[in-house]
Amino acid sequence: MLTLILISAVKALIVVAMVLNLAGILGWVERKGSALIQDRIGANRAAIFGFAGAGLVNTLLADPIKFLTKEDVIPRGVDRLLHTLAPCVSLFPAMVAFAVVPFGDRLHVGELVVNLQAIEVDVGVLFLLAMTSLGVYGVVLGGWASNNRLSLLGGIRGSAQMISYELAMGLGVVAVVLTYGSLDFQEIVRRQGHMIGGWIPSWGILYQPLAFLLLLIAGIAETKRAPFDLPEGESEIVSGYFTEYSGIKYLMFFMTDFVEIAIVSAVVTTFFFGGWQIPFLGSQGFVFPWGWSLALPHVVVVLLQVAAYMVKVFVFCCLQVLVRWSMPRLRYDQLMWFGWKVMLPLGLANLVVTALVLLWVRG
Amino acid sequence: MQQSISVLVTFVLVGGLVAVMVSLGWLLGPRTETPAKGEAFECGNPPSGSAWGRFPVKFYMTAIIFIIFDVEVVFLYPWAVLFDRLGWFGFAEMLVFLTVLGFGLLYVWQKGALEWD
Amino acid sequence: MSPFLFFLLAVPLVVFSLGVVLARSPVRSALSLVVALFLLAVMFFLLDARMIAALQVIVYAGAIMVLFLFVIMLLNLQQEPVETARPGQRTIAGVFSLVFLFFMGAIALRGLPVMPGPGVETAVTPSFGSVEALAERLFTRHALAFEVTSVLLLVAIVGAVVLARKIQR
Repeated sequence: MLTLILISAVKALIVVAMVLNLAGILGWVERKGSALIQDRIGANRAAIFGFAGAGLVNTLLADPIKFLTKEDVIPRGVDRLLHTLAPCVSLFPAMVAFAVVPFGDRLHVGELVVNLQAIEVDVGVLFLLAMTSLGVYGVVLGGWASNNRLSLLGGIRGSAQMISYELAMGLGVVAVVLTYGSLDFQEIVRRQGHMIGGWIPSWGILYQPLAFLLLLIAGIAETKRAPFDLPEGESEIVSGYFTEYSGIKYLMFFMTDFVEIAIVSAVVTTFFFGGWQIPFLGSQGFVFPWGWSLALPHVVVVLLQVAAYMVKVFVFCCLQVLVRWSMPRLRYDQLMWFGWKVMLPLGLANLVVTALVLLWVRG
Repeated sequence: MQQSISVLVTFVLVGGLVAVMVSLGWLLGPRTETPAKGEAFECGNPPSGSAWGRFPVKFYMTAIIFIIFDVEVVFLYPWAVLFDRLGWFGFAEMLVFLTVLGFGLLYVWQKGALEWD
Repeated sequence: MSPFLFFLLAVPLVVFSLGVVLARSPVRSALSLVVALFLLAVMFFLLDARMIAALQVIVYAGAIMVLFLFVIMLLNLQQEPVETARPGQRTIAGVFSLVFLFFMGAIALRGLPVMPGPGVETAVTPSFGSVEALAERLFTRHALAFEVTSVLLLVAIVGAVVLARKIQR
């Protein structure tokens, strides 16, 4: 009992540390990346003893400290409790959702078998969807509890957008579940372990290319980033639902953004790119089809897999940053048109075709 | 058992982190109230009227249509898990279900409830 | 579920349920309901009904309550107006509540035969609440009910569109 609690706590800490660091590093990628794209220099002011670390000191140290020590301005005439609650309700489900995605295989430590997944749930996929469906409250509350019409506009826009794309996301997920026949993330990752013909890793992208696109696009829409950033559209409604936020609460909304990016990347990685799997790496080490092999101890194999997972997640995070800085914002009617009249029918069609193909293949 | 523990532990840990963040900001930040600071931000103009206006019925429509299709998708998860065992029978079952709701989608579409201008 | 965990969840659940009724601000009231539904989902989870727990959050907390909040914002309900109760309204409500409370209390005291609760978790089979068990039932024995659900949802769609068009006019 106590060991179980301890193991769970350590795993949860690892995931929280992972996500906090990722958020910080993504802040740096975003600022420096946008600067690169727009031919600017970007964050380079803060330095320790003249060491700016290409802006890393700025984003990893100076930004959080500044946010922490700034005044938390609460506008007059608002529900102060709801105003404070909104960023919490926004950040909490996002971080919990990230914890349900496995970051490695089972780790054997003597007698103990540790499943490298912070929240070990056999209905993990549903758990993730449940948590992401709660994300809408942070937006609605932030908009409502600010006594500001621009905030309210952003909040309502954001929530309508999130629920619209949740359907397409759900249909994409159903197609994936149909392919693997399981709601368990670990099971889904394990199914992607073998090689087709000994050469090609059987990653989900080969079976569900359309679901990959649906999930990625719907995921970006859920994170409310460009080209779907109408809820915070800074050129029309200041910054949408968090206009009236400052200090740490603003940082929490900001972090939610990055955590949501991380979730989208983690889910895409797990469903379509083999999660923590590395091609040709088995539990005993590398075995290549052309005859080479390299035996590795168990701990090294597991560490390599965790590293592979993190690298994959990071690559998809960077892809999303790239998308954000290269796409113009949609109009609201285009956004709704795309969600309801393109994504939703596509998701349904993909599902029916998947079911037919499965019946045909499996007899 | 293990599943429950892992969920509860993560909930407590993440909840604690969020609470610590909010209270740290409250402890470390300065607090000076001025009349101008408490005003709603409307790009420098003094705010006019109440912020809470009425909203187009479109948003309400979107939410209600969302609920219906969300329930549809929810039925699909257990079906997808059991699909291998259900076989053609399961496929036919779901095809009928999806067709009926497909008509629903066509109706909404045709009535223009999904149009935004 | 140990009695300790049960009360750890049940007490806030009751408090937030009361909050739904007693809160003056409609937004706070709706949010109390969200929290109550979430706590209920956690209880389902701890009782090994993980599928139901997830669906509870996805459908109730994630979809239906969003609609509630939209309606509150749409109608711009700020504060509940001070009610002018009709004479006898409170008395009737009170009587109905007492009758309801009586029956619920009677059921709770007698206990349902297969209801897992504090101390009876051993009565549950290993596959209880699993997705497969639920799907097996739903898509074979209750296939007709499942198909009829789609018609029910269709009626809901038509109703929503018709009503909204009336409002718009």
